[in-house]
Amino acid sequence: MKCRRCRAAAVIDLPRHNAAFCTECFRRHCREQVRRALDEHRMVREGERVLVAVSGGKDSLACWDLLRALGIPADGMVIGLGIGDYSRDSTRYARDFAEARGWPLQVVDVRERFGFDVPTAAAATRRAPCGACGLTKRHLFNQVAIEGGYDVLATGHNLDDEAAVLLGNVLHWEEEYLARQRPTLPGRDGFVRKVKPLVRLSERETAAYCVVSGIDYQVEECPMAAGNRHLAYKEALNAVEARSPGTKAAFVAGFWSRAHRRFAEARPEPTLGACTGCGAPTPGTVCAFCRLQARAAG
Amino acid sequence: MRVVLRNPRREVEVAGPLTVEALLRRLDLNPESVLVIAGDTLVPRDARLEDTDEVEIRPVISGGSGG
Ligand code: SF4
Ligand SMILES: [Zn+2]
Ligand SMILES: [Zn+2]
Repeated sequence: MKCRRCRAAAVIDLPRHNAAFCTECFRRHCREQVRRALDEHRMVREGERVLVAVSGGKDSLACWDLLRALGIPADGMVIGLGIGDYSRDSTRYARDFAEARGWPLQVVDVRERFGFDVPTAAAATRRAPCGACGLTKRHLFNQVAIEGGYDVLATGHNLDDEAAVLLGNVLHWEEEYLARQRPTLPGRDGFVRKVKPLVRLSERETAAYCVVSGIDYQVEECPMAAGNRHLAYKEALNAVEARSPGTKAAFVAGFWSRAHRRFAEARPEPTLGACTGCGAPTPGTVCAFCRLQARAAG
Repeated sequence: MRVVLRNPRREVEVAGPLTVEALLRRLDLNPESVLVIAGDTLVPRDARLEDTDEVEIRPVISGGSGG
């Protein structure tokens, strides 16, 4: 196969774009896709301060690298989740990446800050670890972004993540989640704006971007992810994608352009007060994170 | 050729030459869910793999639903 742009030998084929690219043209393709996502969904304005939620995996490192390549001087933050060797290694990938480039990375340890970690939280709540983990990450990234005076929090969610979440929300008709699922969540009192610059890139593309850019990332899977529904949805979508390239992108883009507004209008955002525990915005008196912390830190 | 698969890590021997596409079909893997790296170069689906190549098949699907 030859590169669509320059006719050199291709390193990757992208059936969805009916194209193949060499290393340099592929990296350019990734930058263009991120540029388009930033523009289409008004993610970052001139001069705003951006914090990237880094995990040490392919998506968040690619996200950070691509934002910087597009001239946005984003900083990074990584959370020590306390999931054994997996967390230790993930943090090390993030640190090595940042140090090699001289980019600022803040490392925050959940146990030091809150007195619990993901495995103990999962045990205390007797719920799937990803629930407690996601809640903790959302709370902490937002909190640190606000403390640090950032305007925007960028996450590494890619096209496959969005498509899988959308499929799950549709299969179970989660109207409230559908109303909130979008590539840019505007900031409001106590919340920074949250953006997903990689929504136009598939997981295969973000992984390939890291490989051809010499970015070392955590390839191992989180030991707590095994068997969760999210992975099953991704596999199902990829089975369809292999037969009908472009399905995932059409599913997600069509939802945002044609369907999202109907859910958002039917479910106006609740008015929020300040959590009596931590001051974060919440529809109740104590936020979900503080309730988790009370049970998990015991 | 020696083919290394990840998550969990394991190795299989596959007789070459054959294309990336044929290798994935033989191992029953979805091309949308993996990258194929020969030596240390990423290769597209029509690339020909020789019997002497060292090949890594790297899964790209990751993550929980925690965001
Ligand atoms: S797989 Fe689940 S538990 Fe593991 S890091 Fe992701 S959200 Fe957290
Ligand atoms: Zn090219
Ligand atoms: Zn709180």
